[in-house]
Amino acid sequence: MPVYKEQGIVLRAVKLGEADKIVTILTQGSGKVRAVAKGIRRTRSRFGARLEPFTHVSLLLYRGRSLDTVTQAEIVSPFTTVRADLGLIAAGETMVEAADKVAEEHERNVQLFLLLLGGLRSLEARPADPAAVAECYLAKLLSLSGFHPSLGACAVCGAAGPHASFSAGQGGSVCDACRGPEAGRVAPEAVAWLGGLARARLAEAGAMTPPFPVRREARAMLYGFVEYHLERRMRSFALLARQPESAPRPQPAAAL
Amino acid sequence: MFEGPIQDLIDELSRLPGIGPKSAQRLAFHLVKVPADEARRLAGAIVAAKEKVRFCRECFAVSEGDLCRVCRDPGRDPSVICVVEESKDQAAVEKAGVVKGRYHVLGGAISPLEGIGPDDLRVQELLDRVARDGVAEVILATNPNLEGNATAMYVAGLLKPLRVRVTRLASGLPVGGDLEYADEVTLGQALEGRREM
Ligand SMILES: [Zn+2]
Ligand SMILES: [Zn+2]
Repeated sequence: MPVYKEQGIVLRAVKLGEADKIVTILTQGSGKVRAVAKGIRRTRSRFGARLEPFTHVSLLLYRGRSLDTVTQAEIVSPFTTVRADLGLIAAGETMVEAADKVAEEHERNVQLFLLLLGGLRSLEARPADPAAVAECYLAKLLSLSGFHPSLGACAVCGAAGPHASFSAGQGGSVCDACRGPEAGRVAPEAVAWLGGLARARLAEAGAMTPPFPVRREARAMLYGFVEYHLERRMRSFALLARQPESAPRPQPAAAL
Repeated sequence: MFEGPIQDLIDELSRLPGIGPKSAQRLAFHLVKVPADEARRLAGAIVAAKEKVRFCRECFAVSEGDLCRVCRDPGRDPSVICVVEESKDQAAVEKAGVVKGRYHVLGGAISPLEGIGPDDLRVQELLDRVARDGVAEVILATNPNLEGNATAMYVAGLLKPLRVRVTRLASGLPVGGDLEYADEVTLGQALEGRREM
């Protein structure tokens, strides 16, 4: 079956040659698909905005040896709101980058597809704190991928928490007896908040408002845990970590 | 895969943007077949471009001298700055012949997935120019894609306190296209950007 139909979410698009792009799509039934969209960068392209990142599309694809080819694309949901704000973009980019890293090409992963769809839908509702939604999504993605972080009981011996040490390598919270040399000291409140965030529904995560130091420490734990277990550096964390604080202000203008 | 100089050439070519290993191989084998003087001309052009082409100290467009052609031209309106991602975009906008002001080349667009953040772009230089030259309007002509829009939003946010008029290129239907083939995002933006007739 050289031609097949799928629906999916566009994760990223990189330029190829003069006018083409390679788009990476997380599909519902065929896992991650990398496909060429011919001529998409020309302003007269029939693809238009249909293959921009975050777009939920239904596709007709031609199966190739290494890369597939997109022959038709129709928008199911454009997620226009997610593109309309820097905080939402940062959160959305983190979601698609993490999905890209855990998805396998042509290996069906419906749960991951549904998680990403749920994440983008939650962002589309303009949550107060988009970064928290992305962080809630990351915790769920870790569990889905077999890296469920222990955020209460000791990850090694199971002793009930809260514990004051955290180690990505050991699997999360660790008690004083089990903590390895690389475990870091953390505030139990930060672990507890992260645990709450991981259990929260995506649609609720953006309305939780922890004290600033708790949030900051919880983020450091989560980001470290994600990069350790996905064995990749997450490039989008640089921008996500700056949210929801607004962008750095320009120097006072002399002309005013 | 190959030996010596031909593999070196393939390796160098495959580092160019948009050139995959297959294209690099094809180009390399083409280049070793062309007459010697043609190859020398190409090599010379690359070296000369590298030596002579600089970046304009005002707008950072590719330029032969210290200041580019547009920044040197006293006929250009200094109160309008058109912001683009790359020099090639400046060339494209300039060809339209509509911008009477000057340009500012950011050197790329914000792209979290490529690891390009706001600090990697020439944003501070733009803010400095706007404050220094009493600029009245900044036209944001970044690409109409996710990265270009993110960049435009970021820059617009920083320009706001400087009390300058900030405009964004309209995006919508391509001239000569058919309405029925337009996707809903493009059509929606075209409707939002509609104007009185
Ligand atoms: Zn223990
Ligand atoms: Zn210039």
